[in-house]
Amino acid sequence: MKIRKKLFTYKVAEAKQVLDSGLQLDSITIAYETIGVLNETGDNAILICHAFSGDSHVAGFYEEDSNEENPGWWEFMVGPGKGIDTDKYFVICCNILGSCMGSTGPSSINPATDKPYGLDFPMVTIGDMVHAQKEVLDHLGIKCLHSVIGGSVGGMQVLEWCVRYPAMIKSAIPIATTMRHSALAIAFNEVARQAIMVDPQWNKGDYYQQHAPDLGLSVARMIGHVTYLSDEAMRRKFGRKQQNNKDFSFNFEANFQVESYLRYQGSKFAARFDANSVLYISKAADYFDLADDVNTQESLQDLQGNHLKFLVISFTSDWLYPTYQAKELVKALKRTGQDVSFCEIEADCGHDAFLIQDSRLSNLLGGFLDGIEST
Amino acid sequence: MVLNPPEQLRFDLSIIASWISNDSRVLDLGCGHGDLLAWLKQHKNIQGTGIEQNKEKAASCIERGLTVLQGDLKDEVQDYPDGFFDVVILSQTLQQVYQPDELLKSLARIGKQVIVSFPNFSHFSIRRQLLLKGQAPKSRELPFSWYDTPNIRVITLDDFRKFSRDVGYTIVKECAINTHDQDRKGKIVSFLSNLRATYGIFLIEKKQIL
Repeated sequence: MKIRKKLFTYKVAEAKQVLDSGLQLDSITIAYETIGVLNETGDNAILICHAFSGDSHVAGFYEEDSNEENPGWWEFMVGPGKGIDTDKYFVICCNILGSCMGSTGPSSINPATDKPYGLDFPMVTIGDMVHAQKEVLDHLGIKCLHSVIGGSVGGMQVLEWCVRYPAMIKSAIPIATTMRHSALAIAFNEVARQAIMVDPQWNKGDYYQQHAPDLGLSVARMIGHVTYLSDEAMRRKFGRKQQNNKDFSFNFEANFQVESYLRYQGSKFAARFDANSVLYISKAADYFDLADDVNTQESLQDLQGNHLKFLVISFTSDWLYPTYQAKELVKALKRTGQDVSFCEIEADCGHDAFLIQDSRLSNLLGGFLDGIEST
Repeated sequence: MVLNPPEQLRFDLSIIASWISNDSRVLDLGCGHGDLLAWLKQHKNIQGTGIEQNKEKAASCIERGLTVLQGDLKDEVQDYPDGFFDVVILSQTLQQVYQPDELLKSLARIGKQVIVSFPNFSHFSIRRQLLLKGQAPKSRELPFSWYDTPNIRVITLDDFRKFSRDVGYTIVKECAINTHDQDRKGKIVSFLSNLRATYGIFLIEKKQIL
């Protein structure tokens, strides 16, 4: 399956988009990819929202990737005959506003200065990201979504979509997500931000002409990565296994495999991601709070007045957004009379479980999507 | 649609299904793989929701396009608006509930009517076992030993009639049946039902306060 990344740029003044912070960007570019074909009635579109450090490359291979070495981040889920079946559905995935994988973010060029924005980039929220995705869908002529699906920060976007544009959505699948961050989640994000900001190379966000704060960014990713795993997963994968089975070195080299693994993950991430984007996106996730909206929005209905169908999924070993937070979401949806299904999946790989191949997850999504009646 | 309801429901479920009006909003507690909900959706166009503790069973319901919450029924019945469901079904589950009185109060809040079915512990074969063998009875309906049974309550039809009145319900309809666990066939018992029926099915509703 060959995929092409596309860019859509719009003038913010024309779209009348004021950011939640009250500030305005001049223009916004969103990178997006599509798979499958939009049908004649235009009712088979599914929007997939990616997580924190993801991108628009949800599935398939780029044309230039002739050896097919870089599949999309949800390759097991999205494609012909898979859980999200691209023979049936037209799938769209946008890189979020504030990221660095093709969409406008702090590393983009500020037209006012012809230099990267750095900290001049305005704070963006999950709502601002969703607004920008809506502009892309308008550009593509999509008026109705069969479903909006996403995990983690992608799940936050799913909920934001339901609150902002319920009339155009038939169903929603928020996975491993929350209506708002707990103190624990904010704390982890703050440690990650501080790791970046105390790196002297960070230079108050102005580092694009020189060395980037790779060390700080690596440490930020290390803490992030731990929150995506679980006690069980780490015990199973590493335990106290030592690197190269050597004796302790009695210094601060990586003796344990888990140390070496985290260092590797950190430096791999620093090579592909922008430190300022981590600051902006993590803050957007911390600011996100839809508890009041979900609790009070009497009835999230589509254009025909039908209730949206929700499928909420959590994982037993997710300690970043534990099942009790998914249940709070389910409770809020029940109180306002929504049509909500919920399933907790038994998985020991922690928060990242939704990114790991699992036929239970694919079957759940596939069956649920088939059961949504089209217009 | 992958709803795929069974051609013929289990005998006790077919009686419950016959009591449900078209287009009603139904909650099925302990819905298993969702056969009853799927059948009602197909044949009576209901808006159904199920609650199922078992993760695999709950997932299989969602996969067939049913709305199902995986969780403990005493928690999951809590958050719905008052009178949200036309009918709440508690089929062959009451005998496994820790606090049946609390649960029935919750059901009275969220449902206009409640259908309850359970195995009848005063069936003559059970009485005979206790009388002659002096051991905790087992039957096809209640096949477990005292130490491993999920059925922590023993209920008879007469017990339930009294219990319904005590917690403030009116019995609108009742049906005593003679059928076995997974059977699609069975008989309605109208004479000496407390002695001869293997299951009782009751349609109850909260008494209106005048």
